[in-house]
Amino acid sequence: MSGTFTKSMARNVFYGGTVFFILLFLALTFDSMQTLPKRDNRQALTEQVAHGKKLWETNNCIGCHTLLGEGAYFAPELGNVYVRRGPDFIKAWIKSQPTGTPGRRQMPQFNFSDEELDALVAFLKYSSEIDTNNWPPNVEG
Amino acid sequence: MQYKSQAVAKPYFIAAIALFAGQILFGLIMGLQYVVGDFLFPAIPFNVARMVHTNLLIVWLLFGFMGGAYYLIPEETETELYSPKLALALFWIFLVAGALTIVGYLAVPYATLAQITGNDILETMGREFLEQPLITKIGIVVVALAFLFNISMTVLKGRKTAISLVLLMGLWGLAVMFLFSFYNPDNLVLDKFYWWWVVHLWVEGVWELILGALLAFVLIKVTGVDREVIEKWLYVIITLTLVTGIIGTGHHYFWIGTPGYWQWWGSIFSALEPIPFFAMTVFAFNMVNRRRREHPNKAATLWALGTGVMAFLGAGVWGFLHTLAPVNYYTHGTQITAAHGHMAFYGAYAMVVLCIISYAMPVLRGRAANPNKSQVLEMWSFWLMTVSMVFITLFLTAAGILQVWLQRFSDAPQAFMQVQDQVSLFYWMREWAGVVFLIGLIAYIASFFVKGEQETVAA
Repeated sequence: MSGTFTKSMARNVFYGGTVFFILLFLALTFDSMQTLPKRDNRQALTEQVAHGKKLWETNNCIGCHTLLGEGAYFAPELGNVYVRRGPDFIKAWIKSQPTGTPGRRQMPQFNFSDEELDALVAFLKYSSEIDTNNWPPNVEG
Repeated sequence: MQYKSQAVAKPYFIAAIALFAGQILFGLIMGLQYVVGDFLFPAIPFNVARMVHTNLLIVWLLFGFMGGAYYLIPEETETELYSPKLALALFWIFLVAGALTIVGYLAVPYATLAQITGNDILETMGREFLEQPLITKIGIVVVALAFLFNISMTVLKGRKTAISLVLLMGLWGLAVMFLFSFYNPDNLVLDKFYWWWVVHLWVEGVWELILGALLAFVLIKVTGVDREVIEKWLYVIITLTLVTGIIGTGHHYFWIGTPGYWQWWGSIFSALEPIPFFAMTVFAFNMVNRRRREHPNKAATLWALGTGVMAFLGAGVWGFLHTLAPVNYYTHGTQITAAHGHMAFYGAYAMVVLCIISYAMPVLRGRAANPNKSQVLEMWSFWLMTVSMVFITLFLTAAGILQVWLQRFSDAPQAFMQVQDQVSLFYWMREWAGVVFLIGLIAYIASFFVKGEQETVAA
């Protein structure tokens, strides 16, 4: 950077470049919002699913698990657990925690009612039907 | 100390270091839970330890940023802070709110915490890094706004340098993007889409402005290189940051239900994200080589150089490793992500805060630099923490590659826990590297208490 490229030129490039890319990002966001209804499985968003999502959040499931690959990496991916395990297994699994096996990773007991378990399963079913561009690569997540 | 009001930075720095120590302790707990699964269960389940670990990180970095701003702004603007009293009041509010939040995480089940803190009014909890109760989130906004008011008013009445303007833009950006944490729709895809507006546009966007400003400030001080040169570099670096980083958000939009074209936008722009970090490294070394003075604070110079290198390695190189969509298809949400996260946060943000503390703390304690003995110990802590972080990253990367191979790439993919068992050797090695990091941290804290032959020179 020689004397011909001055600080005020650098500043102008910064402002110009930033504004341009913010606008481009907003345009792409706008387009995404138009496309999402075809991909995000919103037609399956029932009150039960919303309740399930709330339970998912208020029990901090993301603190151990990933959901569509985001979260903690301590426990299995759950975005496709509905496909991998099915509803009955999921409910039985949650109810039987913690396993208490010495030395094994432990999942807390959340004391969900049957209605809450159904809501969680509904949320996980809805999540599994989002169009994720074929992610994860296989059913193991 | 040139301006009396800079003194308010001191409690911020002390709190930052204390919370940093807490973060590391919980990191060690989690690291052990990876291999001894029932360690401390059910008293501290993994999810609680992780929440404490990541939230303490965020909070101590914020303390560091704010302390850095309070120290830097009076000197840059050549005027006293608008209100030192407000700065001190905010310190106690933020510290108490932060401490209560952590106690809440540890003392009651998360669902109970959600219930008693009004999550039903506006559901914002239970999302990664944004686990804070609603009242804490509101508290963060209030503190941030009052802080920004204080800083902005100071800048308005004083000299306006590029460094202070860039810092201010970064801090305002931080506060504004945080507002998206209050948006949590039932639609999971929308939730995730805008969640990244907080997380990505913080760490790969506006925080880099703060990082650049803090680094530029320290470099001016320790090298004596002309401000014009340093500020020009600063503008070039943050231009590269935002030009690549804003659209680079797309690398989080590959597999969460968003349109396929993000694989192109995200891959291409995030592949360029290492460039600003590389520029930062070149910048730091270049300025130190062209130094016009020999500043007695060698430790601060070391942190400045280290920040450039480690940010480039952690955020730049380790980010690039898994950012291209065809690669990320296999690595998304594995230990590769964890490896990148650790070195990037340490290299870019932890180190820049330690850098500004290293430069400013001696001045706040009435000397240009710490006694030689103390600096030597601080430099030991630099190497212990930095090298052990490199090893933590390498071990997690090894674990991640094996995980990808066994669980994702293989013809006969194995179940998650089956794979975790097979890579446990690397988790053990990561934990031991973590112990070395803790030793480095203890040495770091000890360096503040080392006395030696003193030169009480005013800075």
